[in-house]
Amino acid sequence: MRAQFVFSEIFIGLRRNLTMTIAVVVSAAVALGMLGVALLMLFQTSQMKDYWYDKVEVSVFLCTKEDQGLHASTCSAGQVTDTQMTALQADLAGNPLVQQVFPETQPEAFARYKEQAKGSPVTDYVTPDQIPASLRVKLKSPTTENIDAIRSTYQGQQGVETVSDQKTILKPLFKLFNGLTVSATTVAVVMVGLALMLIVNTVRLSAFSRRRETGIMRLVGASNFYIRLPFLMEGAVAGLGGVAVAALGVASFKFFLIDRVLAPSFTFTSFIGWDKVLVTVLILVPVGLLMAVGASALSLRKYLKV
Amino acid sequence: MIRFDQVSKTYPNQSRAALRDISLEIERGEFVFVIGSSGSGKSTFMRLILREERPSAGRVYVAGKDLSKLSNWKIPQLRRQIGTVFQDFRLLPNKTVEQNVAFALEVIGKSRPTIGKAVPEVLDLVGLGGKGGRYPNELSGGEQQRVAIARAFVNRPMVLIADEPTGNLDPETSVGIMKLLDRINRAGTTVVMVTHDQAIVNQMRRRVLELDGGNLVRDQSRGVYGYVR
Repeated sequence: MRAQFVFSEIFIGLRRNLTMTIAVVVSAAVALGMLGVALLMLFQTSQMKDYWYDKVEVSVFLCTKEDQGLHASTCSAGQVTDTQMTALQADLAGNPLVQQVFPETQPEAFARYKEQAKGSPVTDYVTPDQIPASLRVKLKSPTTENIDAIRSTYQGQQGVETVSDQKTILKPLFKLFNGLTVSATTVAVVMVGLALMLIVNTVRLSAFSRRRETGIMRLVGASNFYIRLPFLMEGAVAGLGGVAVAALGVASFKFFLIDRVLAPSFTFTSFIGWDKVLVTVLILVPVGLLMAVGASALSLRKYLKV
Repeated sequence: MIRFDQVSKTYPNQSRAALRDISLEIERGEFVFVIGSSGSGKSTFMRLILREERPSAGRVYVAGKDLSKLSNWKIPQLRRQIGTVFQDFRLLPNKTVEQNVAFALEVIGKSRPTIGKAVPEVLDLVGLGGKGGRYPNELSGGEQQRVAIARAFVNRPMVLIADEPTGNLDPETSVGIMKLLDRINRAGTTVVMVTHDQAIVNQMRRRVLELDGGNLVRDQSRGVYGYVR
């Protein structure tokens, strides 16, 4: 195999069909980029689930002195009493669904609040007794039914301000990411189809513009593989170009949307790091290659007689 | 070297057969003219030898191999043993004479030293020594056909198929090309040449196969063109 010959053929072919090559690179890039975004979102969702499953699932917030008016039915006595708190804790610990209970006192909750809301001027006006103490509950199996069961059991008890589960807090984020995954996948599917058709046509044009050469190669007994290889490599180079542009797109998605927009506004959960971006790009490389080479081979079967 | 055994060929969607029940044998080292009017089946005859077409019935043997049993991936091996020359030369205009000839060896994976040795040799043989750096459009028709013959012969095939090689050339130039083909034939290569050129056939006095409407109507050794039946 004469590598130099094959390479010169590839670049002659790509240059001859420059506009088609650009079209292939761009459409492959959009297709792969969308695929990459969908993958990132899947990583993000699974990471958030892991994060969430690691933490307490349900928080039973206890009454503060200000709740007397706000939650009159359960906080009529104002600030939760130590007796109430101990009773609730013991009750939760005895619940068969519960694995563990961590109490958080008002000063602890205040410290955590200040840490999370760092830099916000509101922190200057908040006093420890405004932040509710809570009982943080880790369930044995954090299914929606179990969470709902805990919620309905403790919601109406005396001394309980409200029962909230982390799922409710994270719901809008999960919704956003699921939406992104679905729409990115949809666009990716359409674009992959488009890219495939473009590649088939580009290779067809390329084969047509080099029919003289391939005709002679056929006559003098060049092997099918040797005749087809430059065309396949042409597809592969265009596909890799698409992967490169898609990688830039995925990286900027991480940099501009996740790091600059989402991460500052949703401080209570963690976001995927660059390692996941790398994994995504590493997945895109074979997908892009397979797409381009597969479409080229298909086109050659049809349009290049050997 | 080439054997047709009751070969018929009918193209799809055509009622008339392109070749009808052809049986013949061409020996190693023979020089054979194939003549006949347009549409008589000459091209189909050539395409069957090159295995560009498969017969509808019968068998074609080339170099002892039954082409109907030849798997697709072995076709290139067959074609390496057959050189082909056309009326329209089919040279690559953006390559020099040397590069055109070398191309035939490059694409079948020959090594650079082999190519470097074989190309000047064959160019000398066809009488184009010293013109290796020219481009096809700088050459006369006769010279271009010599390049095409050099390309067909550079791999030393056992069979050379020439499809009206003098069809685009004036009589004087044609004689030169015929002398070259004759020389190649005398060196042991079987030559099968399709032609309309009466003068050449009459002058060479070689075996003549005449096709008419897909039938082999004449197989005559030392034949002439205008044979009256």
